Amino acid sequence: MQNILDGIELKEQNTDFEVRSLDTICINESNLQHPWWYNLKYLFAGILFGILLVKAEVISWFRIQEMFRMQSFHMYGVIGSAVVVGAISIWLIKKFKIKTIHGEAIELHSKKFNKGQIIGGLIFGFGWALTGACPGPLFALIGNGATVIIAVLLSAVAGTWVYGLIRDKLPH
Amino acid sequence: MSFIEWIRQPWPWYVSGPLIGLTVPILLLLGNKSFGISSSLRHICAACFPANIPFFKYNWKKELWNLFFVTGILFGAIIASNLLGNYQPIQLNPKLVSDLNKYGITDYARLIPTQLFNWPALLTLKGFIMMIGGGFLVGFGTRYAGGCTSGHSIMGLSNLEWPSLIATICFMAGGFIMSNLILPFILQL
Repeated sequence: MQNILDGIELKEQNTDFEVRSLDTICINESNLQHPWWYNLKYLFAGILFGILLVKAEVISWFRIQEMFRMQSFHMYGVIGSAVVVGAISIWLIKKFKIKTIHGEAIELHSKKFNKGQIIGGLIFGFGWALTGACPGPLFALIGNGATVIIAVLLSAVAGTWVYGLIRDKLPH
Repeated sequence: MSFIEWIRQPWPWYVSGPLIGLTVPILLLLGNKSFGISSSLRHICAACFPANIPFFKYNWKKELWNLFFVTGILFGAIIASNLLGNYQPIQLNPKLVSDLNKYGITDYARLIPTQLFNWPALLTLKGFIMMIGGGFLVGFGTRYAGGCTSGHSIMGLSNLEWPSLIATICFMAGGFIMSNLILPFILQL
């Protein structure tokens, strides 16, 4: 009896962890409570990032087509060098146990593999090549003056909503 | 060349790529935030249309930072486009240009092909597939995959996560299939 209970408990814990790891990707790890205006620092970080997206031309539909047709090194160079800089930064943060500006220890959660990364990844790849934009560039393109991208963004929100609606029925 | 002239040019990959990579430590140092943008679409759903769906029942206000971040992207793009803009047509591989010319795409003045992406085109089959269909696949696929180019390809790979490597390979595979095998048919519509 005890064994069975242990088994159930373990299974529940595992499922819970799996759901959490699916849900927590890119989610806030901070436990600190701050007034809302502390979020303005992320607005400024976003402004810098938005400038970069435009100046790097990575929000260009043409550049995305060049990448997928292997006709230019540009996108590979941008993504590749961004990953190298990001990896070195995370390595330094871990090695020197660097804390946030509020003195909190930096937490990084590992992602769990599930079939969604393959199926969802392919689906996103299709959408990326069609629209020439991933989620960040959608916001940047609207700022760039392409107002019709508002419709694309709303459709992306709808896609996310439908995923949430039918998530239980999808293979993970 | 003055600094202002230099900044108004498109930035080469070896300048912009490393700067984009710095977003990872900046968000971690500012407040323990893992870089990721597609989550913002989920937070928008949770905030605006949760419809009692378990996936959208969480404390989205704790994730408000992400919505500030994407609002920043919008403002940043306005600043870059209006104050730091170069209005030279984008320098593309001539092979792509001649290929796209076959489909009647001749205007390279903007970052998107305005002949394909415009408001009236939404009502055509081609425009609907590319904008509404494509947008839907972006939103559905990124959430299904648990992240997008920023969450998986930049943040995940920087943290040496193999699920993110698989996701990135699938992003690329999907893009290759669409761009080379399916898009030519859609562009003919």
